[in-house]
Amino acid sequence: MNWILLIEQTLNGLQLGLLLFLLAAGLTLVFGIMDLVNLAHGSLYMVGAYFAATFTAWTGSFVLAVVLTLPATLLVGAVVEIVCLRTLYDRDHLDQVLATFGLILFFNELVRLVWGPAGLSVPLPEFLSSSLELAPGLIYPSYRLAIIIASLLAAFFLYWLVARTRIGMLIRAGASNREMVGALGVNIRFLFTIVFGLGAALAGLAGLMAAPISTVEIGMGENVLILAFVVIVIGGIGSIRGAFVSALLIGLIDTVGRAFLPDVIGGFFDDEFADAAAPALASMSIYLLMAVILAFRPEGLFSARNG
Amino acid sequence: MSEALTIEGLVKQFGGLTATDHLSLSVTQGEVHAVIGPNGAGKTTLIGQLTGEITPDAGTIRFAGRDVTGLAVHRRSMLGLARSFQITNVLADFTARANVALAVQAHQGHSFRFWRKAATDPRLIGPAEEHLATVGLADRADVTASSLSHGEQRQLELAMALATRPAMLLLDEPMAGMGPEDSARMVEILKRLKGELTILLVEHDMDAVFALADRITVLVYGRAIATGAPEQIRNDPDVRAAYLGEETGDA
Amino acid sequence: MQMIRVGFIGLVMLALAVVPVVANAIDEPFYVSLFTRMLVLAIAASSLNLVLGYGGMVSFGHAAYLGLGSYVVGIGFYHAANDGMDWALNGWLHLALAVVIPGMAALLIGAISLRTRGVYFIMITLAFSQMLYYFFIGLERYGGDDGLSLWYLSDFGDVMDLNDDSQLYYLAYGLLVLVLFTLYRLVNSRFGMVVRGAKSNERRLMAVGFPTYRYRLVAFGISGAICGVAGFLMANQSEFVSTSEMHWVHSGDLIVMVVLGGMGTLFGPVLGAVGFLMLEQYLPELMEGVCHIIGGESCGIAGEYWKMVFGPLLILIVLFARGGIDGLLQGKVGRNV
Ligand SMILES: Nc1ncnc2c1ncn2[C@@H]1O[C@H](COP(=O)(O)OP(=O)(O)OP(=O)(O)O)[C@@H](O)[C@H]1O
Ligand SMILES: [Mg+2]
Repeated sequence: MNWILLIEQTLNGLQLGLLLFLLAAGLTLVFGIMDLVNLAHGSLYMVGAYFAATFTAWTGSFVLAVVLTLPATLLVGAVVEIVCLRTLYDRDHLDQVLATFGLILFFNELVRLVWGPAGLSVPLPEFLSSSLELAPGLIYPSYRLAIIIASLLAAFFLYWLVARTRIGMLIRAGASNREMVGALGVNIRFLFTIVFGLGAALAGLAGLMAAPISTVEIGMGENVLILAFVVIVIGGIGSIRGAFVSALLIGLIDTVGRAFLPDVIGGFFDDEFADAAAPALASMSIYLLMAVILAFRPEGLFSARNG
Repeated sequence: MSEALTIEGLVKQFGGLTATDHLSLSVTQGEVHAVIGPNGAGKTTLIGQLTGEITPDAGTIRFAGRDVTGLAVHRRSMLGLARSFQITNVLADFTARANVALAVQAHQGHSFRFWRKAATDPRLIGPAEEHLATVGLADRADVTASSLSHGEQRQLELAMALATRPAMLLLDEPMAGMGPEDSARMVEILKRLKGELTILLVEHDMDAVFALADRITVLVYGRAIATGAPEQIRNDPDVRAAYLGEETGDA
Repeated sequence: MQMIRVGFIGLVMLALAVVPVVANAIDEPFYVSLFTRMLVLAIAASSLNLVLGYGGMVSFGHAAYLGLGSYVVGIGFYHAANDGMDWALNGWLHLALAVVIPGMAALLIGAISLRTRGVYFIMITLAFSQMLYYFFIGLERYGGDDGLSLWYLSDFGDVMDLNDDSQLYYLAYGLLVLVLFTLYRLVNSRFGMVVRGAKSNERRLMAVGFPTYRYRLVAFGISGAICGVAGFLMANQSEFVSTSEMHWVHSGDLIVMVVLGGMGTLFGPVLGAVGFLMLEQYLPELMEGVCHIIGGESCGIAGEYWKMVFGPLLILIVLFARGGIDGLLQGKVGRNV
């Protein structure tokens, strides 16, 4: 086995997993606290990427773009919550699914109207465009390393926020017992808006970091959203810790599986079959993982409600 | 006389709270056995464990001569254990007849029958209407359950339980929320069922309990503090102190 | 009100029955394919309605069964065209496999998904459909991302010729009627009563002795099988098979059709599919027209961005008219829950 390749792919998996975590963290909080299915979370990811593209073009600096994008997506999230989602909290899940599905259509068209139908690309920031030699022979793009570090910082920030602050205490209490928080006389509406805005900013952060290494295009959030769902289902709805563990698991399995499964299958079957089936099977691996985990633990690995 | 239901050493904890505390109890074939106790004594929790909705932490439940402790809800129902719910729990958007017909259907074996119309199937409708008549709802068969009065919904609860042709009924406060008239009607209905069926009756309405019960068990904090004939329970000083809320005179 | 409803539904079914005749008479064959699509989606939406409307299971993955049904045709074609396996084009075989394979897939997916409830169920059905989507993207041999163009359609010998748009249309119409009749029997049978009862109050059903899981699972399987039939038709209608039809957004479209038409009513999904495609087809023109009437400039834009209206429209339907078109016909204004 090629160790350099393995380490490289592991780093890629880590990076994908961390991005998924940023996306899933907001979703799982919103599920856990507001009991809301939000399909439009992927749209916030997309909006984050588009903001990053525009702000980079305006300011000429990716760092400045980051600084502007985060509050901008937070604002978009808060507005969406206040205008639309607020009316959905006491609706059933089907209503929520439909309404947020409508939001996706709306956002896609809005983006098309504002930014045009063609995809955009965001240049890598100058100071991160090179590669680092982590070990002899192991060369890794510094931008990807930066994503890993930035995501970890965001994860730590989230951990600090939830575990150490008053808002975090309310969030935790809300995830395990919503009525109680209301009974404490907390302004629930405001808390919900904050949580939603926070989730939006995290999704925006994931989108903006992904922007330079992928195409910024309409619908880019739709496939990532499903991965984030898988993360949440495996992790247990409402559990940030669960989201973190399962995001890394999914990121690693998906990336490493795609890289190595063809070889593994090739070792057992003839080449023709391996060539035909391996990519298909590799892309199924995380869903199969989900199926297995659910067969044994229908509530996910760390369910917030059951401790 | 043989035992219809035997409970031994039943324990159920919710977090730190012991809702059922090493409870042992037996119900004789054909008797009406009332379980009384203050709010939160664990009566509904007990019924939940008997039907299988709640899994006990320890203890065994024997019904009709076999250990049913680990059996699924629907299997116990098929063995002849039927319940009514404390909070009315019927199919709100179905008519009274359709509610009972479904329960009849449950009793007639599997329902993997895909083609014939159920609503006009005499094998379902006949028994369903019989059971509705038993509980006094014959002329309300076409009314949607959610449009029935509270008292009628309670009667429908009972009809659904009867429709599974149970050997034993577990009734969780069948008179809950009823006015005196409805209550009296329910007592009459239950009196008629007495003898045909073994009944475990959870009830707060003491008049009803003393009118119906052959034996009474008093539950406090999940424990049975007394079991005996109604007269015995009425005069038991512990019971009076703990439950009936009366001063024992010398206190 | 009931009269109006029955009359309206009868009229729609009747109008659908004469589409090819009218379209050929006015020399607008385009309508035949548009309306074939409506029928196909009506079948798919009806299949979803069995679980969603009657069973209360919010499946967000029905596009997968649609896709599986169409890949039966696509893969059959591929082997007939490339490996000379002529039998692989047999239409009856296609139809049978388009029922069996999606049905089996639905049983498998349902077996896991139905162990969960609420949000989990929605997300898991979504995830599994996306799994199949990626599976077919990975199958380079059958076109992968690009899909397969079908030069030959399912072959029914002398019985019918699907290359003739009218014949294909009437096949779709006949299958829709068959599906509706089957569903009618099904939801009113003993089995159907259990499935509907489990939607209304599953706990009660278990208490009277129903192992509800089994019944819900079988309903889910049947639903997948019927949806596969729609997939079979869709492949023959578009003469193309691709993964894009399996994308989860199309599962969302199907849910929208069911709700738009009216959940848990037999004809609701038909009305929903017709309404949905009408909106898709004519909302752009309508918006452009309205824009011109109110004197706007560069009205092309209004037409082009019709989904900006469609999205919020959906939200409004959800919030205010859950009974859908069928609910309106029954005179139910506002939410019917
Ligand atoms: N699912 C649960 N989780 C936690 N605690 C529970 C649960 N169900 C019941 N309890 C607690 O267990 C105790 C017994 O409840 P139960 O409903 O059995 O009482 P009960 O005797 O039926 O009361 P009532 O007369 O009010 O109906 C109560 O303190 C209740 O709060
Ligand atoms: Mg109780």
